[in-house]
Amino acid sequence: MTKKVLACIDASPYAEAVCDYAVWAAKKLDVAMSVVHILDKAQHTHTPDLSGSIGLGSQELLLQQLAELDEKHSRLALARGRSILDAAKSRAEQAGVKAVDERLRHGQLVETLTELEDETRLLVLGKRGFSSAEAHGHMGLHVERVIRSLHKPILLTQQSYTEPKRIMLAYDGSATALKGLEMLAASPLGRGLPVHLVMAGADVEAARCQMDTAAQILRTAGFDTKTAIVAGEPETVLHQYQQEHVIDLMVMGAYGHSRIRQFIVGSTTTAMICKAKCSLLILR
Amino acid sequence: MYLKQHWFSNLRGDVLSALVVALALIPEAIAFSIIAGVDPKVGLYASFCIAVITAFAGGRPAMISAATGAMALVMVTLVREHGLQYLLAATLLTGLLQIIFGYFKLGDLMRFVSRSVVTGFVNALAILIFMAQLPELSGQHGTALVYGMTALGLAIIYLFPYVTKAVPSPLVCILVLTALAIYFGFDIRTVADMGELPDSLPIFLWPEVPLTLNTLIIIFPYALALAVVGILESLMTATIVDDLTDTSSDKNRECVGQGIANIGSGLIGGMAGCAMIGQSIINVKSGGRTRLSTLLAGVFLLILIVFLDAWVGLIPMAALVAIMVMVSIGTFNWGSIKDLRTNPKSSSVVMIATVIVTVFTHNLAYGVLVGVLFSALFFASKVGKILFIGSKLSADGHQRQYQVVGQVFFTSAEQFIAGFNFKEAVEQVQIDLSRAHFWDITAISSLDKVVLKFRREGTKVELIGLNEASATLVDKFGVHNQPDAVEKLMGH
Repeated sequence: MTKKVLACIDASPYAEAVCDYAVWAAKKLDVAMSVVHILDKAQHTHTPDLSGSIGLGSQELLLQQLAELDEKHSRLALARGRSILDAAKSRAEQAGVKAVDERLRHGQLVETLTELEDETRLLVLGKRGFSSAEAHGHMGLHVERVIRSLHKPILLTQQSYTEPKRIMLAYDGSATALKGLEMLAASPLGRGLPVHLVMAGADVEAARCQMDTAAQILRTAGFDTKTAIVAGEPETVLHQYQQEHVIDLMVMGAYGHSRIRQFIVGSTTTAMICKAKCSLLILR
Repeated sequence: MYLKQHWFSNLRGDVLSALVVALALIPEAIAFSIIAGVDPKVGLYASFCIAVITAFAGGRPAMISAATGAMALVMVTLVREHGLQYLLAATLLTGLLQIIFGYFKLGDLMRFVSRSVVTGFVNALAILIFMAQLPELSGQHGTALVYGMTALGLAIIYLFPYVTKAVPSPLVCILVLTALAIYFGFDIRTVADMGELPDSLPIFLWPEVPLTLNTLIIIFPYALALAVVGILESLMTATIVDDLTDTSSDKNRECVGQGIANIGSGLIGGMAGCAMIGQSIINVKSGGRTRLSTLLAGVFLLILIVFLDAWVGLIPMAALVAIMVMVSIGTFNWGSIKDLRTNPKSSSVVMIATVIVTVFTHNLAYGVLVGVLFSALFFASKVGKILFIGSKLSADGHQRQYQVVGQVFFTSAEQFIAGFNFKEAVEQVQIDLSRAHFWDITAISSLDKVVLKFRREGTKVELIGLNEASATLVDKFGVHNQPDAVEKLMGH
């Protein structure tokens, strides 16, 4: 099966940016693109009948009423989903991606994306979805669950598209980070773009040594690499660095630790995603 | 995320529906306690406990479980002959059995319970609930006053929704009838006459029964019947709620949840219960969708009974009878009577047999058992008819070729043997079995018989395709995960 770039489109302000980033990635990776819209069935409240009595054929009547209500809502959602996808598809085609297909699925976001995982090369997702588009400084309801359940690279986009010019790789010397580094080095996605290899922490010999090894891998792969070690809390200093150097794509590993640890000490990944002012490429 | 979706996604609807359900649960729990022959408080505590525990442990959100008529009917003789303490012990054992059922995924066995059996179960339940009201309407209690009150109650229940649907009509029925009885000082039976009502929060208590083998022998048959009936009604109700809300449920988790709920109920002096078809429909109809509705129904119920205990005792039995008649009418599947004319005879027989056996034994487990047996027999005899034996005589008249197509097993074995002509004197017969299926030992032995008979007539027998035909004998034979197996089974 040929793997594709999957763009998750919904009715949020992120839809256009998601589409554009997916176009960029599909062209870079030279693969087909799939625009996905998921119809998550909401519970539709009907006017409740509080009479509490059941008579002849109550069950059949109730089933019929509820089915009619669902049918009406679902038809609307179906038509809306189709038009969102059509718009995204034509946008992608105009931007020059040849193979774009539409996927309209019923189900829940995480479950559906897991089903589609086998054909996914890269998933493009807005940082927040329709239900929480206005909650700045937070990430969407489903984003963390998606990142935890999928084992594919995920591109989390900002609300507006800027073509990535400079990549920053947050590096801490861990196994997860090294794996991410190797993935980036091997992938055509970032080819030709300068990479800033940044580590948060004290500038000691051990750190410098790790950085040199890492930079060497990137340079061998043909990347123009700069390295920097900045002292301070990772979330803060990495974002400062990103803004100072006008980085438009941050690459990082995600959720190296268990949920239990996250509950106690908090997760760097979640904090990074919430604070980031640029798009993020999450590598699992 | 989980918490929000499964508990708080439908706050307003859940709170309202929980109130309606809690109000409706009070008369039912009292009425079912009376059916079982125990104090109303046994059913009320049970309903509270079961509703609250299934809210957390059950597999079907928005389903209402509490003390039920189906379970009450099974325990009648146990209570009459051995008393309440043995009922509590049986309740604990019921819970244990149900947890074991869930653990071994016996919920999957529901697929053997056909639609006709389910309809029969529901109808029998409705008839039994109705019959349980008759003592209140006959003999010394059956005065004109009681009839009048009951009729008025029914009229309020069915007509009040035309005035407004914002107030539960059974509640209006209770209020009006109680007010009338107090105002005019009617001398009729009230709930207080039926036994002790709860006046405090339930407390933990261990059944006072001797822990001996003898006790186990007494309670085990009841516990088994209770466990089976409870699981059957709960899973049927879960399917109904699944259909109504177009969502899915975890049936095996539901079995375990019912088990835990019954153990909890037994430990606070409650009777065994299960899911309630009528109440679950009322819950969905009133807007309940998540686990919160089930939990709140139990909590509201407890609050109502503890604070209103003095008032609950004043409710005339006529009001309860009216509500239970409504429940039985609402539970009965009236469409099934119309379907008797159009449905196949065999499925009507299954449905009616389930009803008759249940009504006579007062035990839904027996009814379902008979129904399942009947449907299996009817199915076997239907499939046994799918057997064809054709034959062709060779040009010279010395050889006959038989071809067997279809299913050979215990019901069709006789027919299989009869398909061969042993009177005909030929030198050789060829039996082509490659399009037949031999399902059991009976089929193989009847084939042996045929071969032997031919040989005794001096005929040489040649079998073709026996290997394919007997592949079905292997117990593990299954076609679901091998695409070409279907081809083999249907077309070879």
